Amino acid sequence: MRIVVKKDLCTGCETCVSSCPYTAIVIEEGRAFITEYCQLCRACLSVCPEGAIVEISEEADKVTSTSSEYRGVWVFAEQRNGKVSNVAFELLGAGRRLAQKLGVELSAVLFGATKEAAEELIKYGADRVYLAQDPGLEKFNDEPYARLLTSLINTHKPEIVLAGATPVGRSFFPRVAAALRAGLTADCTAFEIEPETRNLLQTRPAFGGNIMATIITPSRRPQMATVRPRVMKKLEPDPSRKGEIIFIKPDSIPSRTKVIDSIKEVSELTVNLQEADVIVAGGRGLGDPKGFKLIEELASLLGGAVGASRAAVDAGWISYSHQIGQTGKTVCPKLYIACGISGAVQHLVGMQSSDIIVAINKNPEAPIFNVANYGIVGDVYEIVPLLIKRIKELKGL
Amino acid sequence: MNIVVCIKQVPDSAEVRINPETGTLIRDGVPSIINPYDLHAIEAGLQIKKKVGGKVTVITMGPPQAESALREALSMGADEAVLLSDRAFAGADTWATAYTLSRAIKKVGADIIICGKQAIDGDTAQVGPELAEFLDIPHVAYVKKIEALKEDSIVVHRLMEEGYDVVESSLPVLITVVKEINEPRLPSLRGKLRARSAEIKKLGIKDLEVDESFVGLKGSPTQVKRIFAPELKKDRKIFEGTPEEQVQKLIEELRRLGCVL
Repeated sequence: MRIVVKKDLCTGCETCVSSCPYTAIVIEEGRAFITEYCQLCRACLSVCPEGAIVEISEEADKVTSTSSEYRGVWVFAEQRNGKVSNVAFELLGAGRRLAQKLGVELSAVLFGATKEAAEELIKYGADRVYLAQDPGLEKFNDEPYARLLTSLINTHKPEIVLAGATPVGRSFFPRVAAALRAGLTADCTAFEIEPETRNLLQTRPAFGGNIMATIITPSRRPQMATVRPRVMKKLEPDPSRKGEIIFIKPDSIPSRTKVIDSIKEVSELTVNLQEADVIVAGGRGLGDPKGFKLIEELASLLGGAVGASRAAVDAGWISYSHQIGQTGKTVCPKLYIACGISGAVQHLVGMQSSDIIVAINKNPEAPIFNVANYGIVGDVYEIVPLLIKRIKELKGL
Repeated sequence: MNIVVCIKQVPDSAEVRINPETGTLIRDGVPSIINPYDLHAIEAGLQIKKKVGGKVTVITMGPPQAESALREALSMGADEAVLLSDRAFAGADTWATAYTLSRAIKKVGADIIICGKQAIDGDTAQVGPELAEFLDIPHVAYVKKIEALKEDSIVVHRLMEEGYDVVESSLPVLITVVKEINEPRLPSLRGKLRARSAEIKKLGIKDLEVDESFVGLKGSPTQVKRIFAPELKKDRKIFEGTPEEQVQKLIEELRRLGCVL
């Protein structure tokens, strides 16, 4: 598949130039030309008034015959200090659904952890766990992780392999994809299966969340993707669930990088921020640092964490570890209450996938109301104390 | 030391919008910029050069107009610039991009390769680590500090979810950097003057030793099937009445959804 401009139809009107998100269309000698920035997104096809931009298929976009031997869904289960990360259970939830649709088994791959951790993965949905126990795998290290996963994939040939879009998954998965000549899609937020091709439809945000794109890997296997944490739902653990644990004896794996030390830097508060079900966040509209006393009170009543916009952090009202947005944390709690936050796009990209968003802001035109489920146009210093009062009453405090 | 910095010219993502009715992009007047993370990569390269000496080469793959991004990097102080441009590279995904870059870097030669952690248009963060794999060298992603650099090794701080790792690597190495690593300098007037007339080395497919089936669209395992606008919240409710009434309605809604109490 390729997108081309029919030179005889093109009038050089430039309509298509501004439709392209990748700056891939230029005007040369009075005609449009599609450059190497083209990502085949098709945005230009419908805008051409002359119908001069067309899609042509160059060769059959079919899965090659050798690819049909690839079967099964795999998830890479990340662990830290032997404890399986939350995102691994979320991946099993997503993987279970895909495996069901494809009529195949769901396997987890676990490095540097115990048999008990592997059993936990089975309770959360894995039919099989490939467990490699080796001191060299206990701490995350790109090269050994990439080499071992590459060799496991080459041996067992799964059709889909998922990892969390965490600093770990996003760092070593590309090496595996490069080595396998596999397609890799970053930071996915939704998956579907195209039944006739068994293709995985991978949907992800691009341009800082302003645009969604669905990506496919039509002719290569496995199809690899990293998955945004806290988006997929994990299953209820089932202690009666049975599965198989396969112990992998890794050959000695050379590594040119060495982790000398791991420093835990963030306060408990920050950890809470990304794991919290409820976040109450404050912005410039609070006017001064005292506003965060109110925010904290509301957050603690709701069992939640405190977030902040960049404006509040830059003003020095609260520390950077609370910052949510493009240059801070990305969060998706069940409930996000934005107090005095106008909603610059840089903030929105960090919180707009929250389940329920409540916005409290004086300015009815504030962009935060565009992403909110519920809005109150009013003064934070009037509304928040009222909220606190009502919740206390309900709690009998 | 041969320092290579990979950069990308991107549309300023904060300005790109989609028209929800037609499903097409609205990017009229959106400026093209150097990917913001890549400015930190250039700065990191220049700081390394200042400490240990050597040469900073910036490289980009893109259409001919990406030359302006390279000139900007030269005006910041980079010594040389390479533009990988060929119609055969069209439609490359991260795999084919990393492959093509790796062939060019093999030609240029590098002891340390620096990339921004991701580009703000695609947000994939994949090209850096993939490039390291193609070059068969180690990489460290999300670097926020270079602690030590010797002739044959480097020690860096790698940002992790709950803090950071101190990682030592042999050279040659590829690192991807985050904003915390430094404050990028502004181009100097002298730099701007020099950049204006500096020669930019242009490489096409014929100049590289590549397998032609690995570049551009043909070499790309992934394809974009569809782009669309994110769903807007359809059930948005702005409450009315006195502040007390508004708060009461909000609490009722949240209780109905099981969010509070």
